[in-house]
Amino acid sequence: MCGIVGLFLKDKSLEPKLGDMLTDMLITMTDRGPDSAGIAIYGSEMDGHTKLTVQSDVPEEAFDGLEGALAEALSTDVSIRVIDTHAVLDVPAGKAEEARSALAELRPGMRVMSAGDTIEIYKEVGLPEKVAERFDVRGMGGTHGIGHTRMATESAVTTEGAHPFSTGSDQCLVHNGSLSNHNSLRRKLRRDGVRIESQNDTEVGAAYLTWKMQNGATLGEALEGTLEDLDGFFNFVVGTKDGFGVVRDPIACKPAVMAETDQYVAFGSEYRALVNLPGIEDARVWEPEPATVYFWNH
Amino acid sequence: MQTYDLEANGLRGLNSTLQEQNGGTNKTAWEIVNAKGSHAIAVGLNSPIEVTVKGSTGYYCAGMNQQATVRVEGSVGPGVAENMMSGTVIVEGDASQYAGATGHGGLLVIKGNASSRCGISMKGIDIVVHGNIGHMCAFMAQAGNLVVLGDAGDALGDSCYEARFFVRGSVKSLGADCIEKEMRPEHIAILKDLLARAGADAKPEEFKRYGSARQLYNFDVDNAQAY
Repeated sequence: MCGIVGLFLKDKSLEPKLGDMLTDMLITMTDRGPDSAGIAIYGSEMDGHTKLTVQSDVPEEAFDGLEGALAEALSTDVSIRVIDTHAVLDVPAGKAEEARSALAELRPGMRVMSAGDTIEIYKEVGLPEKVAERFDVRGMGGTHGIGHTRMATESAVTTEGAHPFSTGSDQCLVHNGSLSNHNSLRRKLRRDGVRIESQNDTEVGAAYLTWKMQNGATLGEALEGTLEDLDGFFNFVVGTKDGFGVVRDPIACKPAVMAETDQYVAFGSEYRALVNLPGIEDARVWEPEPATVYFWNH
Repeated sequence: MQTYDLEANGLRGLNSTLQEQNGGTNKTAWEIVNAKGSHAIAVGLNSPIEVTVKGSTGYYCAGMNQQATVRVEGSVGPGVAENMMSGTVIVEGDASQYAGATGHGGLLVIKGNASSRCGISMKGIDIVVHGNIGHMCAFMAQAGNLVVLGDAGDALGDSCYEARFFVRGSVKSLGADCIEKEMRPEHIAILKDLLARAGADAKPEEFKRYGSARQLYNFDVDNAQAY
């Protein structure tokens, strides 16, 4: 099954409530996926800085002294904000790749969940309600966000296998479905230099979009490409720094419902996920068409 | 009129209460409030009661219905009126996937649009959709009537048997073994009756009829490509 939620705000006055609204949507989708949960949230931007969200199974050990060690390795100021098993590192924009390499040396067991100007990703194994509590998602503000509750079909129930997946700067993807050609596509993308870390089919979907956009495609064109190059069932909801996109495979057997008002665009695997959004009674609510790309930009 | 607050009193209580209204009840009219997209509302009913759902529902609303009239004042999720035997289900808004799937009888009316697989494997149910329907509708349909006032998506009636399809708008494509057929007086009569019962403002003469070419009934190697 799996449950997907997404919320792209048009009305700035709702931005402080983004995490609160996403949390309600996420918890509603628990019975579609109680194995793990995750959110990607696009929050505030600091000019000239890149945010790296990292995760560790032994956070006390991994984050202790990390700020200083990384600052020394990069010869620059670094700040760290620890939230449970995750930490957000602020590094100068030009040093993001260098920071990744340094982190691999300094803390080999630590995972980089996302990198970008505004994106932060939080995901863990466990019930969506518990995961949202651990990271205090309710307290987070932002411009748009995407969430996922997982019922594992491909790859193990681990933090690494939880969604969202981020394979490019400020990009993320959540998926309901299963891809059948992910192994061959993973090999091809890796040969082309795309970083793919797990055995999960969804990460290949994310990496595919990254690869398309690195080669000049717009988000819309990259989403169109999935219809040609990915085999299997998929509802994809993707985020970029200023965009939000949705695509369903041509068979479209995985459920999806969307709502749009003057204030927001929302996505849910079921209508239940949307019932508490403001003004939903008067929203345009529809089921996205198969093999049709939808996207919005700020 | 009996009112049932779904949020306060729960789904199990709702369905057992409605299912208990057999024979001789004087509680014949029910209103369900706070539906909030919940699943399996008013399923398995078996008495001629009238149920109105205020707001949209989730999966399988009014499934397995017999005799009851269920009206949804909103949209419905996947599988509305699935395997309905008799009675009437009316949806004021849109319907998600596989509306009326495997239905054996009764009338399903959707005032808005229905998405993919509407009437899949229908076995005698009548379905009237005021708007459009999506792809793979009436796949393997065996009996009954599917009436569409708007347009139909890809592969209408794929591998169908003796069900009839009446479409007023365009059909994106016909599925394997589904063909356009002559509209004879008896079909006009069937359609006129269905449109009237569904409260649809349309003339039977505006529709085209589709159905099985009967080429796939028995395996024939010359048809292998069509399977």
